[in-house]
Amino acid sequence: MPAVQETVERVRRIDVDQYRYGFETLIESDKAPKGLSEDTVRFISAKKNEPAWMLEWRLEAYRRWLTMTEPTWARVDYPKIDYQDIYYYAAPKPKKTLSSIDEIDPEILKTYEKLGIPLREVAILEGVEPPPGGEQTPNRKIAVDAVFDSVSVATTFQKELKAAGVIFMPISEAIREHPDLVQKYLGTVVPTSDNYFATLNSAVFSDGSFVYVPPGVRCPMELSTYFRINERNTGQFERTLIIADKGSYVSYLEGCTAPQRDENQLHAAVVELVTLDDAEIKYSTVQNWYPGNSEGKGGIYNFVTKRGDCRGKNSKISWTQVETGSAITWKYPSCILRGDNSSGEFYSIAISNGFQQVDSGTKMIHLGKNTSSRIISKGIAAGKSQNTYRGLVSAHRKATGARNYTACDSLLIGDKCGAHTVPYVEAKNSSATFEHEATTSKISEDVLFYCIQRGLSQEEAVGLVVNGFVKDVLQQLPMEFAVEAQKLISISLEGSVG
Amino acid sequence: MSLLEVKDLKVRVEEREILHGLSLTVNPGEVHAIMGPNGSGKSTLSHVIAGKPGYEVTGGQILFRGEDLLEMEPNERAANGVFLAFQYPVEIPGVTTWNFLHAALNAQRKARGEDEISSPAFLKKVREVAKSLNIPQDMLKRGVNVGFSGGEKKRNEILQMALFEPAVCILDEMDSGLDIDALRIAADGVNALRSPERAMVVITHYQRLLNYIVPDFVHVMSKGRVVKSGGKELALELEESGYAQFEDAA
Repeated sequence: MPAVQETVERVRRIDVDQYRYGFETLIESDKAPKGLSEDTVRFISAKKNEPAWMLEWRLEAYRRWLTMTEPTWARVDYPKIDYQDIYYYAAPKPKKTLSSIDEIDPEILKTYEKLGIPLREVAILEGVEPPPGGEQTPNRKIAVDAVFDSVSVATTFQKELKAAGVIFMPISEAIREHPDLVQKYLGTVVPTSDNYFATLNSAVFSDGSFVYVPPGVRCPMELSTYFRINERNTGQFERTLIIADKGSYVSYLEGCTAPQRDENQLHAAVVELVTLDDAEIKYSTVQNWYPGNSEGKGGIYNFVTKRGDCRGKNSKISWTQVETGSAITWKYPSCILRGDNSSGEFYSIAISNGFQQVDSGTKMIHLGKNTSSRIISKGIAAGKSQNTYRGLVSAHRKATGARNYTACDSLLIGDKCGAHTVPYVEAKNSSATFEHEATTSKISEDVLFYCIQRGLSQEEAVGLVVNGFVKDVLQQLPMEFAVEAQKLISISLEGSVG
Repeated sequence: MSLLEVKDLKVRVEEREILHGLSLTVNPGEVHAIMGPNGSGKSTLSHVIAGKPGYEVTGGQILFRGEDLLEMEPNERAANGVFLAFQYPVEIPGVTTWNFLHAALNAQRKARGEDEISSPAFLKKVREVAKSLNIPQDMLKRGVNVGFSGGEKKRNEILQMALFEPAVCILDEMDSGLDIDALRIAADGVNALRSPERAMVVITHYQRLLNYIVPDFVHVMSKGRVVKSGGKELALELEESGYAQFEDAA
């Protein structure tokens, strides 16, 4: 059998066995009654002991949502979602009030251990090989906020962060403890009326992370949130808000997994980033929600709104995403380049296999003067998947000197998958410079044979070639994540070798 | 026992027979040159030995150290010591040469049941090998063959040959695309790797290469068969009289 044909066959056989995070944690949970109504919204708000203004905000979003219709413009196809057949809130039942990590339900601790997420405050030491001739990296710390279904179960390194003035806590706590900051920024980047899924999220979001970095502070460690959907028939609606005040810097990572189930589950998150003058946020995602089985059954619907607002001059927001999971991905992490000289970046690796459908990309909205943006997108389609890059680059009338560079590369493995590129460009002033490059290629039989003649297996050869294809983007990830992501990419495309 | 024995090999590509019963015996330490006009089946032979997909063996056999080579997967053949230096080495963007070589060497070691070699130990080894072949270190950091000149690509093949220490090396049209200086450098590299344990099969269209890599045996191929075998003087004879005399013999 020709090498490429064989790869295609093997990739086709990939199924649930390949998904390593598909286990379920057996734990009692506290759920809202099924379905969505004003009562559901009140239930969630009451569970979180929210102030009245927050409940009002949610209700307003809920009423707005009732008037909206689900968007259909994306190149994805799925049966109609019954919004009354979903649990909007599920929380592990606490055995008692927690005062330290040791009191967390051991089942949950075990879950995160299995997932490789450190909930104990240890420096990350393992798994990182120094580059040739490179220096050994010093021990690095990562603070983790772990969100299990609808609630945050642990946030590490809080003391150390507090000493630096950084606020990193579940958003449900921030609403109570820092209402001024939350009220000032929540919904200012993604308004409650923004789009169907974001509006739904505004009404029913249950938890997520809140970060505030004060002026001039460089956050002393990487912050990360780890999302886990466990409960059946449950939607996860997390809300993340990150504010980098003047001259500050923070790097934030998020990871996601879910058990394998036959039914589809909805995940509709909203992430808002704000950078003030001279501030920078680097936001990295490794998304590995359950993608469904080899027949396309089950998997997460990942309908997410992520947007950053470069509100201050010389500010910068950089999105890096590695998307390997989910049955359907509908996601466009974007930058509003409002401040003069601000810049936005979007680095993306989107891998689809089996019956996965990906419609992802970015929007770079140039409003300020001399703003710049850079888009590097790598799409890899295998199996019977469809992989679309959809992007908008626009320059406002006053955005003189706006510059954008876009490169979209697609790699096809097999002949039953599809890659599509849908770029929109709008320049309302003549001084804008926009460049767009796009390539589509197939993994070549000669390249595979060359690798195999040197002793690599078929899978190793495909993994190597694909990792080379996505290298520019992998380099943007913090090192610990890059190593993980590289493994994940190989696993996502592997056939019989686990 | 011979190292490599090709016996009455018949090969088809898409219903068309390319090799019509080819035989060749190679012992350790020997250098064999296979010459012949375009379309005589030289490259087909090298591809079938290495296990490239797309060829159908309809008759005969290939024994490697007495074992059936055709039963082995191509990567097993590599791990067992069969190396093909490609006529047109491919480019692999984004994968550094040293990373590629490390992954390949470890895959071979793993297949042989040996321990994997660590990054620092590998780096030391590959640097030594590169130095012994006068290959600049900087080539190791670049993407595999990306932006390499014809000469650099061939030197990269020789570097790999030196690193993997194969038992039999097939050099497919190593001289194609090389100017005379690059050819000399590549040939020096190959000569440095000649040893009493290692055999080489040098496939070439022109006698020129054999001035630099002097063979022990020369075989002339025509229309899918070996039509004449002899010593190195046969190559010189061919240079004067050309391939035409053998067309009828085939």
